Amino acid sequence: MAGSSVKPTPLLRDELDIVIPTIRNLDFLEMWRPFFEQYHLIIVQDGDPSKTIKVPDGFDYELYNRNDINRILGPKASCISFKDSACRCFGYMISKKKYIYTIDDDCFVAKNPSGEQINALEQHIKNLLSPSTPFFFNTLYDPYREGADFVRGYPFSLREGVTTAVSHGLWLNIPDYDAPTQLVKPLERNKRYVDAVLTVPKGTLFPMCGMNLAFNRELIGPAMYFGLMGDGQPIGRYDDMWAGWCMKVICDHMGWGVKTGLPYIWHSKASNPFVNLKKEYKGIYWQEDLIPFFQSAVLPKECVTVQQCYIELAKQVKEKLGKVDPYFIKLADAMVTWIEAWDELNSLEDKSSKQPNGTSK
Amino acid sequence: MPLANINDSEVDIVIGALQSDLTSFMNEWRTIFSRFHLIIVKDPDLKEELKIPEGFNFDVYSKSHIDRVVGSSSSIVFSGYSCRYFGFLVSRKKYIVSFDDDCIPAKDSKGFLIDPVAQHLANLTTPATPFFFNTLYDPYREGADFVRGYPFSLRNGVTCALSCGLWLNLADLDAPTQALKPQQRNSLYVDAVITVPSRAMMPVSGINIAFDRESVGPALLPALKLAGEGKFRWETMEDIWSGMCLKVVCDHLGLGVKSGLPYVWRQDRGSAIESLKKEWEGVKLMEEIVPFFQSMRLPQTVATTEDCVIEMARTVKQQLGPSSPVFTRAADAMVEWVKLWKAVGSGSSPL
Repeated sequence: MAGSSVKPTPLLRDELDIVIPTIRNLDFLEMWRPFFEQYHLIIVQDGDPSKTIKVPDGFDYELYNRNDINRILGPKASCISFKDSACRCFGYMISKKKYIYTIDDDCFVAKNPSGEQINALEQHIKNLLSPSTPFFFNTLYDPYREGADFVRGYPFSLREGVTTAVSHGLWLNIPDYDAPTQLVKPLERNKRYVDAVLTVPKGTLFPMCGMNLAFNRELIGPAMYFGLMGDGQPIGRYDDMWAGWCMKVICDHMGWGVKTGLPYIWHSKASNPFVNLKKEYKGIYWQEDLIPFFQSAVLPKECVTVQQCYIELAKQVKEKLGKVDPYFIKLADAMVTWIEAWDELNSLEDKSSKQPNGTSK
Repeated sequence: MPLANINDSEVDIVIGALQSDLTSFMNEWRTIFSRFHLIIVKDPDLKEELKIPEGFNFDVYSKSHIDRVVGSSSSIVFSGYSCRYFGFLVSRKKYIVSFDDDCIPAKDSKGFLIDPVAQHLANLTTPATPFFFNTLYDPYREGADFVRGYPFSLRNGVTCALSCGLWLNLADLDAPTQALKPQQRNSLYVDAVITVPSRAMMPVSGINIAFDRESVGPALLPALKLAGEGKFRWETMEDIWSGMCLKVVCDHLGLGVKSGLPYVWRQDRGSAIESLKKEWEGVKLMEEIVPFFQSMRLPQTVATTEDCVIEMARTVKQQLGPSSPVFTRAADAMVEWVKLWKAVGSGSSPL
C-alpha cells in the first residue's frame, strides 16, 4: 500500500451528472467552468417555466422546467416540489449516470489556506471512490487519505471499510444556519478550514445540506427524495434535511458509508432570515418529533433494496408521524409516488417521451 | 486562551515517567506546566532516580508509594504506562490532564505554540453533543454554531467527561502500520474538536488526554495488560481498553467524549518493527474487544461510574474470559480498581 506517488483522481466524466436547481440565472457557472466544463449538467428550472434561463456557452446540458416535469411524470409530478430547490431531485431521477453532484447557484469556488482554488468535484469523487468506516471511529479521520492511516486499536477486520454512498461537503463564508441563528448572528462567517473528511458513524444522524453534495446514484438515488416543500406546502428549507435522515437510516441498514467534511465551497448569498423563519417555523417544532422517529426507525431485514427500504420508511412515516401533522400523510404518499416514478423512469431506456426543454452540446 | 471559569488549582497534570531524565521534557513544557500542580509517577520498573528540573510545583510517587497503597497481592499492575493511573488515583482535583513523557508542545498551522492544557480544559468545560452530529463540528467554538436542521432540544449539550487529543510527527499508529510506512509522519493539522457520537466506539489513545476526574475517574482503569507489554505504545493496549470502558460508561450516563484538538508533538522513539516482532497479541485481541464493547448495554439501574465498571467487569469475565486469561485478569483488575478507588481515590485528604 505504500508509495509516494499519488494516483490522479479519475474524472468520471461519463459517469457523473451535475444537477443544479435554479430560479434566477446560472452566472455562477462561469467561475466553475474549469472544473465543470467536461461534465454533463442537468439544470432543473424552478418557478415560471416561460422564463428563459441562459446557460453560459460551452456547457453540455439538459434543462427541465415545470412543463417538462409535468409532461414527463404526468400525475406523479405532484411529488416534485414547486418554488423550492427541492425540485432538484427531479434531476436525480432523470439522470442516467452512476454519480450525482449537486450544487446551489450561489456557491462559488473556495480557496484553501494556501490560497489555491479548491476543485470541489474532484474531492467529492475521491470521497465517493474511497471506502468509508462507519463501524469504528478513526481518530485520525479519513484513514485512506495520503499521509493518514488507521490508529492503534483499530481492528484490522474493519480496515477495508465499506462503499461510500454519500459525500457531504461544507461551506466557507455564509454558514448554513437556521433562521433563528441567522437572526442572532447575522455577521458570523465560517472562516475555519477544517482539513478533514470523516465518516459519520453508523447509527448517528446529521443535518445533510444539499448545497454541496455528491452521491452514488446507482446505490442510494431512490432515497434522495427531497420531499414536499415550497408552494402550497406548510414547510420549506427542510428538503435536504428530510432526504438526509431517510438516506442515513437506509445507508446504515444497507451497510454503506456517508462522509462529511471536505470539500469546501464558497457560499456567497445569505438568504433573508425573516423569510427563512416563516419557511422553517413548522420544521423547528416538527423536528423534535422527527429526530426520535428517525433515531429509532428500524427497517426489517426483508428490505433488501433501497426502494423497499424507502417504501417501508414511508409506511412508518404515515403511521407514526401522521399524528404530528396531516402534512406527513401527504409526504408519505409523495414518497411512494417518488419511488413509483423512479422505477418507471429508470427501468427501461425509453427516451422518446423524455426530451427536455433545452439541450446544448 | 483565557479560561474564566477554571481555576488552575482545579487541575492536576499527571505524567507517567518511563524515562528517568525528565529534564528536557519538563523544560519544553515549562511555560505551560509551571502554573499547575504536577503529579509525576515513576514507572516502578525504572531503577534510576528521576531527574526533574527546578521551578515546578510537583509531587513524585514511586514504587514504594504504590506498594504501600496497593499492597503486593493486587491484580492491578502499575508498571509501564499504567503507572499514571496511580496518579489519577491519588489526585484530588476535578480535572486531570495527562501526556506521555515523549511528547512536547506542538505548533499550529500558523506557527504558534499550542497550549494543549488550555485546549483540553476548554473542551472539558464546554458541552459535548453526542446525540446528533453537527457538521460544523464543535458548535461552542468561536465562529461556529449549530447548523440548520440541528434539533433545538439538543443544543444544550451534555457534560464533556473526556477530551482526546492528537499527535503531530509520530502518530499513534499500531506497530504493523508504522512498520509498513516507516517514514510516515503526521503533518496534517485538523482544526476541529468533534464530539464522538453516542454508541460510536473509538480507540482512545492515552498519549494526550484529559478528563473530568470527579465524573468518570473510576472508569479510567489499568486493566488490560498484554503478555508482552512493554515500554513503547506499540507494545500496549491498556489505554485502548480503558477508553472503551470509559466510552460505554459515558454513553450510558449521558456524558460526552470529544476528539481532535489539541495536538502535541510526539517524538520519535523506538522501532515499530522491533515492537512488532515482540508484541502482536494486542492487534489480535482487538478483533474480540471491539464487537464486545459495541454491543455492551448496561442495565438502567446502574447509575454510578463505579457500578458501571463493576457491571462491565462481570460481563467481561463471563463473555470474554473464556477466550483468554488476559480478559479474566482484566476483569479482576477492574473490580480491584473500584475497591481501590473507593478506599483511596475518593475523599478529600491526599495521600
